[in-house]
Amino acid sequence: MAVISEGLDRRGVGWRRLAAIVADSRDLLGWLFMLPAAALLLVFLLYPLGLGLWLGLTNATLGEPGEFIGFGNFVTLFSDDVYWLSVFNTILYTVVASAAKFMLGLWLAILLNQHMPFKAFIRAIVLLPWIVPTVLSAIAFWWLYDSQFSIISWALRHLGLIKTNIDFLGNPLNARISVIIANVWRGIPFVAISLLAGLQTIPSSLYEAAVLDGATAWQKFRFITLPMLTPIIAVVMTFSVLFTFTDFQLIYVLTRGGPINATHLMATLAFQRAIPGGQLGQGAALASSMIPFLVASVMFSYFGLQRRKWQQGGRD
Amino acid sequence: MASVGIRSVKKQFGSVQIIHGVDIDIEDGEFVVLVGPSGCGKSTLLRMIAGLEQISGGEISIGGTTVNNLPPKERDIAMVFQNYALYPHMTVHDNMAFSMKLRNAARSEIDARVEQASDILGLKPYLDRYPRQLSGGQRQRVAMGRAIVRDPQVFLFDEPLSNLDAKLRVQMRTEIKALHQRLKTTSIYVTHDQVEAMTMADRIVVMHDGIVEQIGSPLELYDHPANLFVAGFIGSPAMNFIPGVLRRADGRAWVESDGDVRLPLPPLGGGRDGQKVTYGVRPEHLTLDDGGVAAVVSVVEPTGADTFVYADIGGVPICATFDERHEFSPGRPINLSPRLDAVHLFDTGTGAKINRAD
Ligand SMILES: Nc1ncnc2c1ncn2[C@@H]1O[C@H](COP(=O)(O)OP(=O)(O)OP(=O)(O)O)[C@@H](O)[C@H]1O
Ligand SMILES: [Mg+2]
Repeated sequence: MAVISEGLDRRGVGWRRLAAIVADSRDLLGWLFMLPAAALLLVFLLYPLGLGLWLGLTNATLGEPGEFIGFGNFVTLFSDDVYWLSVFNTILYTVVASAAKFMLGLWLAILLNQHMPFKAFIRAIVLLPWIVPTVLSAIAFWWLYDSQFSIISWALRHLGLIKTNIDFLGNPLNARISVIIANVWRGIPFVAISLLAGLQTIPSSLYEAAVLDGATAWQKFRFITLPMLTPIIAVVMTFSVLFTFTDFQLIYVLTRGGPINATHLMATLAFQRAIPGGQLGQGAALASSMIPFLVASVMFSYFGLQRRKWQQGGRD
Repeated sequence: MASVGIRSVKKQFGSVQIIHGVDIDIEDGEFVVLVGPSGCGKSTLLRMIAGLEQISGGEISIGGTTVNNLPPKERDIAMVFQNYALYPHMTVHDNMAFSMKLRNAARSEIDARVEQASDILGLKPYLDRYPRQLSGGQRQRVAMGRAIVRDPQVFLFDEPLSNLDAKLRVQMRTEIKALHQRLKTTSIYVTHDQVEAMTMADRIVVMHDGIVEQIGSPLELYDHPANLFVAGFIGSPAMNFIPGVLRRADGRAWVESDGDVRLPLPPLGGGRDGQKVTYGVRPEHLTLDDGGVAAVVSVVEPTGADTFVYADIGGVPICATFDERHEFSPGRPINLSPRLDAVHLFDTGTGAKINRAD
């Protein structure tokens, strides 16, 4: 018994000494704690990203590893009209959908911030589009937009507003509008609920002070709500823009990029080239070319997110 | 500047009545303090005057005009909130200028008014700072500055000093008072601190559970409390209360309390023999007197200027203060005599005052 415990002790001392060294060194301890997260990021983010970038510099196809060809893929892409069309589509899609999500989301958030019956219930309902898996809601929209069975066309026909079914996804302009609407529908809850959380952090006494100062409803919004909300708007809209810019599922289910590539986004085109088309290298290069846009929007948020002067300094 | 009339004002939240018919007449230029324990409806009344809360019954008028249905912005009042409610995203200057900016006042006029207000309040060096970069006392001043710039008919203050430390509170108290003497704007000031009320008010309104207990100048309330509640609420340390039974015989009156204690009374104008009463006397109106009521000292607290003596009279704890110095020690018996002209007598059941004979 004594012997055993002595052995344990000796081993214990070794471990304890190591533990003490680690615990004493803040740096070492910090690195140790970061290790799991770093490993995850490395394996699931950095490696695929690196691989993607590398593939973009090769002429790999499905089934063939390919070899390094420098910027060949990019040169091909940049002289490809379909590529530029997808860039245009992506920017149009992102700008229009994000603007709509922002305005409708803010409006909805302000509405939900009022006193009303069944408040919690209504707030829960608003979250629904966000909870439903994208593919499911995309399929639902696909039905709504069906050229023969669309309930929208049916309803409008019965109301006598139109004579023939609307060709939602068959005509370039209609298709663009339709996918943007689907994206907005899906993205609004995130914006609305986040902004609602922001609205609730604004103390009601500020509005009372403003009312006594003589502010109208619009002036309260303009001079209190909006400035107090900007930091949250910056975060929310950055995420919203990133999600929209990289959207894939909705488009892929609804239009697969058609008609005549009118709704092809960079993400769907990259997939199209790489997997069904087999041009892995070119698809990877296309995907890589999204990076500058994404970095730009992150930079925008980085500067937008910087704490405003009024949020810094002083005690609470 | 304007007078404020509050007539039979009531307030209900749902089915709960909070304010049960309050009448107060405030004169032009007066500084009135609403005081009362927490939850008695002071803030609610103030917010009704401001228009932030609907009035369930009665009438409020400002400068002779009924304002029941006027929106807050048309009542021309400024309010200083307990948490100051400064706009965190605006500088001190912009906070003060906000109301004038909303009214599209000329830039030069705004700057002149802000300058004047910041002069009065000593805020000049901080005009470009944000509220977060200010100390509590400075924020408090900005909140006042915002009100001053408006040059309103009435100032409303809702416990503006309760977030400050004791020393700063005393200092700001004096500053607000001085400010009022300078601007002479009608002011209604809410606090639950009776010392604040006593030191600042032209007139005090004592509220309790949604009704007004008494209205009067600080000294009136101190010398002639109308009932048990006001007597206990005003004054620090509080008035001593000794429960007992009123005795009247041979044209004389006294109070008999526990432990065969006999408390002397001045000639009374009311009250009947055998009535349950509460005998009230302030700590400073008790003097040492060999012929007085027997008491036993329990704690002695010398503060330098005064000595606080806590003692027992027939098992009831009381406090006496002396500005002259005596030797006291715990456990020692003393005899205390109340100043007869400063004794108050109340009916224990109703709390109403039993008057003296004059
Ligand atoms: N919006 C409301 N809904 C329901 N009851 C309320 C509401 N606002 C206040 N009350 C109730 O009204 C009563 C008076 O509140 P009020 O804020 O006027 O008290 P107060 O005298 O200012 O107290 P304090 O000194 O603590 O500030 C309290 O009992 C409170 O619970
Ligand atoms: Mg209050």
